[in-house]
This record gives sequence, C-alpha cells and structure tokens, in this order.
Amino acid sequence: MNSEEVSPGDDRKSVTRRRLLLGVPMVGAGVCGVAFWKMLSGMQAGSFNPHDINAPVTGRPVPDFTLPDQPPGTGFAAADLKALTAPVLVNFFASWCIPCIAEMEALLALQKHLPIWGIAYKDKIENATGLLKHAGNPYSRIGSDRNGRVAIDWGVSGVPESFLIAPGGLIVWHSAAGLDNSEVRDGLNAALKAVGGR
Amino acid sequence: MSPELGRFALALACVFALAQAILPIWGARRRDRRLMAIAPGLAIGQLIALLASFLCLVNAAVTNDFSVSNILENSSVTKPLLYKISGVWGNHEGSVLLWTLILGLCGAAVAAFGRNLPSALRARVIGVLGGVAAGFELFCLITSDPFDRVWPAPLDGQGMNPLLQDPGLAFHPPILYTGYVGFAVPFAFAIAALMEGRVDAAWGRWVRPWAVAAWAFLTCGIALGSWWSYYVLGWGGYWFWDPVENASLIPWLSGTALMHSAIVVEKREALKIWTVLLAIGTFSFSLSGTFLVRSGILNSVHAFAQDPARGIFILALLGVVIGGSLALFAWRAPSLTTGGLFAPVSREGSLVLNNILLCSICAVVLTGTMYPPFMSLLFGKTISVGKPFFDAATIPLAIPLFIFMGFGPMLPWKRAQLWPVMKRLWVAALATLAAFAVTMIGLSGLLPILCATLAVWVITSSLTDLAGRLGLFRVSLGQSFQRAKSLPRSAFGAGLAHIGVGVSVLGLAVMSQAQHKIVEVHVGQSEQLAGYEWTLTGVRNVPGPNYTAMEATIEIRHDGHLVTVMHPSKRSFNTQNQTTTEVSIHTNGLADLYGVIGDKHGPDDNPTYVLRLHYNPLAPWMWFGALIMAMGGALSLSDRRMRVGAPRRAVASDVVAAE
Amino acid sequence: MNRLLRTGLAGAMVVLLSAPVVALAVDDPSEMLSDPKQESRAEAIGAQLRCLVCQNESIEDSGATLARDLRTVVREHVAKGESNQQVIDWMVARYGNFIRLSPPVTVATLLLWGMPVLALIMGLVAAALAFRRRRSGPAPLSEAEQTRLKELSDGH
Repeated sequence: MNSEEVSPGDDRKSVTRRRLLLGVPMVGAGVCGVAFWKMLSGMQAGSFNPHDINAPVTGRPVPDFTLPDQPPGTGFAAADLKALTAPVLVNFFASWCIPCIAEMEALLALQKHLPIWGIAYKDKIENATGLLKHAGNPYSRIGSDRNGRVAIDWGVSGVPESFLIAPGGLIVWHSAAGLDNSEVRDGLNAALKAVGGR
Repeated sequence: MSPELGRFALALACVFALAQAILPIWGARRRDRRLMAIAPGLAIGQLIALLASFLCLVNAAVTNDFSVSNILENSSVTKPLLYKISGVWGNHEGSVLLWTLILGLCGAAVAAFGRNLPSALRARVIGVLGGVAAGFELFCLITSDPFDRVWPAPLDGQGMNPLLQDPGLAFHPPILYTGYVGFAVPFAFAIAALMEGRVDAAWGRWVRPWAVAAWAFLTCGIALGSWWSYYVLGWGGYWFWDPVENASLIPWLSGTALMHSAIVVEKREALKIWTVLLAIGTFSFSLSGTFLVRSGILNSVHAFAQDPARGIFILALLGVVIGGSLALFAWRAPSLTTGGLFAPVSREGSLVLNNILLCSICAVVLTGTMYPPFMSLLFGKTISVGKPFFDAATIPLAIPLFIFMGFGPMLPWKRAQLWPVMKRLWVAALATLAAFAVTMIGLSGLLPILCATLAVWVITSSLTDLAGRLGLFRVSLGQSFQRAKSLPRSAFGAGLAHIGVGVSVLGLAVMSQAQHKIVEVHVGQSEQLAGYEWTLTGVRNVPGPNYTAMEATIEIRHDGHLVTVMHPSKRSFNTQNQTTTEVSIHTNGLADLYGVIGDKHGPDDNPTYVLRLHYNPLAPWMWFGALIMAMGGALSLSDRRMRVGAPRRAVASDVVAAE
Repeated sequence: MNRLLRTGLAGAMVVLLSAPVVALAVDDPSEMLSDPKQESRAEAIGAQLRCLVCQNESIEDSGATLARDLRTVVREHVAKGESNQQVIDWMVARYGNFIRLSPPVTVATLLLWGMPVLALIMGLVAAALAFRRRRSGPAPLSEAEQTRLKELSDGH
C-alpha cells in the first residue's frame, strides 16, 4: 500500500498549485453564495423581483385598439391617447381582482393631479360598474376589454397593471404591481417628472 | 405530548447535536478514546429527542390542536386521518422538522451500523452529521418553529390544499427527503476523510452502501413525485423541468456519478479526490436545492411559504456547511495521493466517461435552473428556461451515456480491449438493430426512435453481461446456478439497475407518442381514440368526507369488447372553495387509458360534459423502470460485501489487494 | 415588513385563485382548430410559450385564463397561415423573451446554450490531462529516496 501522507520530498509548489486548482469549487460556490445573498436582500428591499416580467412595451407608442364604454365612463381608442398633450396613466383593473380593489384608494388620491384612464379587464360590465360605485371612481375615461385581447397587446399578464403615457402616446413607464405600494408610486413620480408632469 | 414539550425536545435535540458535533471530533483529534466513544450515544439521544418532537407535532395534528398555528393553517377537523398525519410534512415548518428527523436517523444509523469503522473515523463522521443537524435544528427553532401557538385558538383550521390530499403525496416527501438527506452520510465520510487526510479502498467500500441507499430512495422519491403529477394534475404530464423537480434531479445525477466513482476508489484506489468532491457536491446540491426553492428566488409552480428572511438564515447555514467543506477540500485534498494506474480503455476509463457525461448533464440542468435569476440579477432581464431547452440540451448528452452503458460493465479493470467485448455483445447488437427497425415503423420523431433503440440496447447488453457472468449457454444450467450463488449480489444489483434505466427510457421514448382528445359530450355519446371506443354512460354526485364529487362513468370498448369501466371525478372541497380532478387510469402494463372529467355545460335537463381522454403507451414503464433501479440498489445493499458494517480497514485493503 | 406581508398575502391569494384551474388545462374542445395539422402545429407553438401567470408551465399545459386567451391567439394566427416564428415573434413583441420557454441564443445566453458542449469538453480535457500525466509514469525518485535506494543496494 502506498503512503497517504505527502512525503517531505514532494514538491511544495505543486501542492500549492493543486490547492489553487481544487479551490475552484469553493470560489464557484462563494460567487453563487454572494449572488444569492444579493438576490435575497434585493427581494427584501423590493429592488429585485425574479418573478417580474419586464414588459417590452415601455418606450413604444401605445398599441392600436378601440374600446367600448364601461359605465360610468366612456370608452377610448389609441388615437385618443396619441392626441393628448399631457401625461395620463392607463390602469387595467377588474372587480374580481383583490389587489385592484386594494389599489383603488391610492388611485383616487392620485387622480387629483394625474388623469387616470381605466380599462376593465375581462370583467362583466355590471360588475365593474358596481365596483366603481362602491369603491369610488378614479377614472376620467373607462373602456371595457371584455375578452382581454387589448390587454394582450399591451403585454398585460395580470391585473392590476399601470402604464404612464407621455404626450403623443408614448408608453414611458410600466408597473405590474399595485399603486398602493409606495415604491411603485415613487417610480411613477420619477417617470412623471421626466416627461414634464408634476 | 403538548407542543411545548415538542419544542423542548427539539431544543434538547439541538443540544445533543451540538455536543455530537464538538466532543467526538475533538476526541478524535486528541485521540481520546472516551470522547470518541460517546459519539454513538449522542447520535441516538439526538434521534430520540427529534422523534419525540416530531410525534408531538403529529399528535397535535391528529388531535386537531388548532392553537398551533402550523396545524391551524394546514389542517381541519374534517380532514381524513392519513392526511392529518401527512399534512405535518405538507408545509414548510413541518417538512424542515421531518428533514432534520431523517438527518438524525442517518446519524443514529451510522452509530448503529458503523461498529466496525475505525473509532476515529466513526467519531468524525457522526460529529459532522451532528454539526449539520445542529444547524437545521437551530433553523427550525429560530425561523421556522412548527410549534408556534396562536391565541385564541379557532374551532376549525383552514384546511390543506386539496391537491395535496392524496396518498401519493403523503409518502412522496419522506422518501424524497430520505434520499436527499441520505447523501449527508457520504458527505460526512468525505469530510472525515479530509480531516484524517486519508482516502483508501476501505473508505470507498464504506461510503458506497450509503450512497447506494440514498440514491435508491432519491430514485423512488423522484419517480413518486412524477407519478403524482401524472395522475393528479390531470393532463398526463409527468415531468415539467420545474425548479423543484430539477432540485431533485441535480443531486440524483451527481449522486449517480458518486455511486460509480466510489467503485473505482474501492477497487482501484483511483479517482479519490474526485469522489470526495462528488460526495461534498451531491449533498451540497441536495441542501441548496431543497432550500433555495423555498427562498422564493426560483420561479416554481410548487407553492411553499416563501420568505426571504428565512432565506438569509438558510443561506448563512449553506455558507457554513458548503463553503466550509469546500474550503477544507481545497486545503486538504491536494495531499491525497493519486492511486492505481489504468488505461483509458478499461473499466475505470468507462466509469470516468460515465462521470463526465453524468456531470455534464448535471451541469446543464444546474445552469438552466439558475440562469433566470442570475440573468435578472446581472442584466436586469427576465428570461425563461423550460422544457424545450432542457429536452434539447440534455438528451444529446444522455445518448452517448446509454451507448457506453452497454460496454462499460463488461470491460476488464486496468487495461481492456474493445473488440472482445463487442464480439460478446453481438446478440444485443442484433436485438438493437431489430428494435431500430421496429421503432422506425412504430414511432415518429428522431429522438424517440433513437432513445427507444438505445433503451433496448441498454437492456439487452445488461442481460448479456449477466448471462456472461453466469456462463449461461456455455456451461450447464446447474453450473450456472452455482455461479449465480457465488456471484456477488452487487453485480446483479448493478445489472438490474441498468435494466431499470433501459425500461424507464423506453417508457419515456414511447410515451412521447401519447394521443389525447378533448371532447364535449352528452351522456350516452361515444368517442374514438387510439382504436378504443369511449362512452360516457352516466354522471352522478357522490359525497366525500370533506368534499362532494361529480363522478362520471366511462365505458371503454375495443373491437366491441368491454375493456374497462372508469370513474373519473371532479371534487369540490367545502373548506377551501376549490376543485380538484380525480383522474381515472386503466393500465394493462403496456399502455394507460387515462380519463378526466371537466366542466359541466348547458341546461340541467340535458347537460354536456367536457372529457379529456388520453392514450399513453408504455407510460407505466417510466415508473416501473425507476422501481427496478431502486430494487437494483436494494439488491446491491444486501450483498455481504456491501454491508454497512464493513470489515476493518486493514482487512478490507487486503481483500482489495487480493482481488 | 408590512409591504412584504402584503406581497405574501397577494401571493397566497394568487395561489388560491389559480389552484382550481391548475387542475385542468385545455378544458374546452371549442378552442381546438378543426384542421388536425394546424391544431398540432398550434400545440407545438404553444408548448414553446410560457404561461405568464402560473410561472412554469407552457400555455398548452395551463388552465389559467390568460393562457387560454394566448392559446386562442396562437390558433387564430396559425389559422391565418402564419409561420411558427411569426407567431412566436408576435408574442415576444408583447411579453418579451420571458414568454419563450427556450430562450433565444444571444450573447447573454451563450453560456446557457454552450453549457452542454462546454461541460463535456472540460470533462474530457481534464480526464485527458490526468491520463497524460499518469502515463508519463511515476515521478523520478527524490534525492532522499535515491540515497535510501543506494543504502539498500549497498547493504547487499
């Protein structure tokens, strides 16, 4: 049987070299560990969300669409958004969506200085009307996207979602989270400032 | 049996584990026999305390103690007893406790079966296991206390997700966790060997049975999980390349590599450093897999309580266990001497190739699973990596693996020639060619044809190998029988496990040809699928313990003969306002007839029902193959030479030298 | 912390809401195209697209309403005679590469797609190097060993 111990005659340098080589797994694990730590702390701080879908629509003009009325509001089309001279927030909502209801109060506060246009996503007309009667109506105009096909063109994956439209109809900001979240509101305010709103 | 007692027992277990982690290892260092000798006692004490703690939680669940928030959130009065018990590990806190319990069990098993180990090695192995256990007990106590109370206690609990109310899922986690946690023992052996600075044939012989046992459990656990999604989720899917599934596949792949490389250590004292790294890596993958999934970093359909705060604790724990062991590896492994020489074409060479291919597949699955969060972190871009990628990236690596699986076990050690082995495989080659011809006609798609053909190759070449060892067709049957008796069972076990791989792959390949149909029918109407006539003959409502079910009766005929009557149903659960589908499966061993009932449409006096009908050829073989693999593992374990209580080191090396 | 709790609650709600539909994917035969060739092409496209709300299934496997809508869109485009790539591009324009279960080969995904080859080559090269080093035979005797050998042979 050969001896397991390194004999003193062995080349010291080669042991160091092998140590460096065999240290590679440790370094790899360390890098992964640091990355995981960054992810977890980012998730806690709210700056990192691996479940986010970053919608490619930001930076593009609004997609083509025409929506019928959703009482108590009147419907609108892409042309209406393109004709605007001041920024507007487009908000997808539904009466069956609990986070949307939670968001209403924040929208009501927001609409005092930023007009909000609503799109009722896959909702029955009477249900959406009922929600707005009950919770208050933050929207200046409301369209009904009964079959959810317009939402797909906007890249909506789940309500509530909000889009900031700059004058001329350019989508400049998007959030898939509710506006009752203060960080989301901060993001919106920053985007609003950039396009010259208040 | 109060929850407080359970918490106390858990804390006690933690004290035992800490003592177990410190005293024996210190004793081994100081060569203090008394300190080393207390290791088994501590391990068994820890197990008893953990068992008491776990039973307290089970007791709380069975007696509907809704003052325990864990029970409140996951149980209800009307839930059947089996699911009250299985619900204990159907949630985050309980499953961590189960995890720790199994780890305690591993420590006690080493204590009980490891009597023949050198006392210093045994003390170190048990000590390392104690250290890992202590970490998880602390995790349990600090961030995931299963015994947390609420006040006032409500009268009824919130109930369990009905999807989890299933016998398959009741036993899936314990078996899977035994597989995951079982790899802690090879890990502990690796760390102990690094501490001692010594890896030899005897070490390989001690590690192998533990790796085989863990591997067999993990195989069963993965198969059970896959079978569960097949018959519960209701659309015939069985593997989704979901992060949770990948988290079990990654240690399975590296564990399979470990099992094979440990053979080389045992027989030839080569690949030592690599085997130690695989032992550390496999357990590290088990650990990080199970826990990263719970941190919320990975996108997964599996809903577990996801909490980043818990994630930080786990990450710190992983850092200590994985980072510490890899640092020890980098420091001590270079001084391990390299062992026996061998030519590239040899049994050892084939095992090296096996390791390269298995580890490449493992690397691909790991990269694919971790890529989305890393992309998101580094570039702020979200991407998805799913089934199409994994299929395209792993199957081409699996194909050479299957080809070489046929040759490898027949090559002699040290130096071999391919030609004599190929000559012995002519029958298998002919069978494979025949299979190729048959699959060309019967299957569509290049990959299914290739995989099915290679599956036949794996099965027939494994059979050839076994027949060759027994001398079948060369010597008399009586002599063959004598040989069978003297042939080590581990050889049979390996052959059987390889056949199991072939059976599974054949099932997977042919399953790709599954047919399905979604129809909306009135009662009495018939549909044709895969040569069968499926007739919906009736639908009735059936009350269950905590649900009501809409149950269909479907008669299936083939050429006018009644094949089977199936009763798929749809359950509406009262507590959670949820519905689940209960698939009905009729199998003849070669194909599954799979029926699901969906929504009811139309007026009550003449309604129509949506039915999903599937014809899944060779579907049962996928899981049957996994069972054969696990049986192969069990057969190997029953080998006298593989017994966990292996002979003493000196004796073991003599035996190896004599071979 | 409060925000975290709320996100958690919303998450739990999503799970609860989506659970009933998870159980059954395509559940409406009227969704399917009448032409079996087109239908199987639509299924193949759908298997490449991720259901965005349920996170890890393709839209063909998922029972979520958005997945159903996307399935319908895919079938409309297929019926119009668009190629697979055109349909996928249409989806990517709306939902980004996130919707593709098999990410496109770009500089950023080079490591991902290159992994099978990279891992294999690394393994083979490492093994080849190890073999070459071994074949060069045992290391020459060190000075101490040579003296010892001399001693032994002198002893005879």
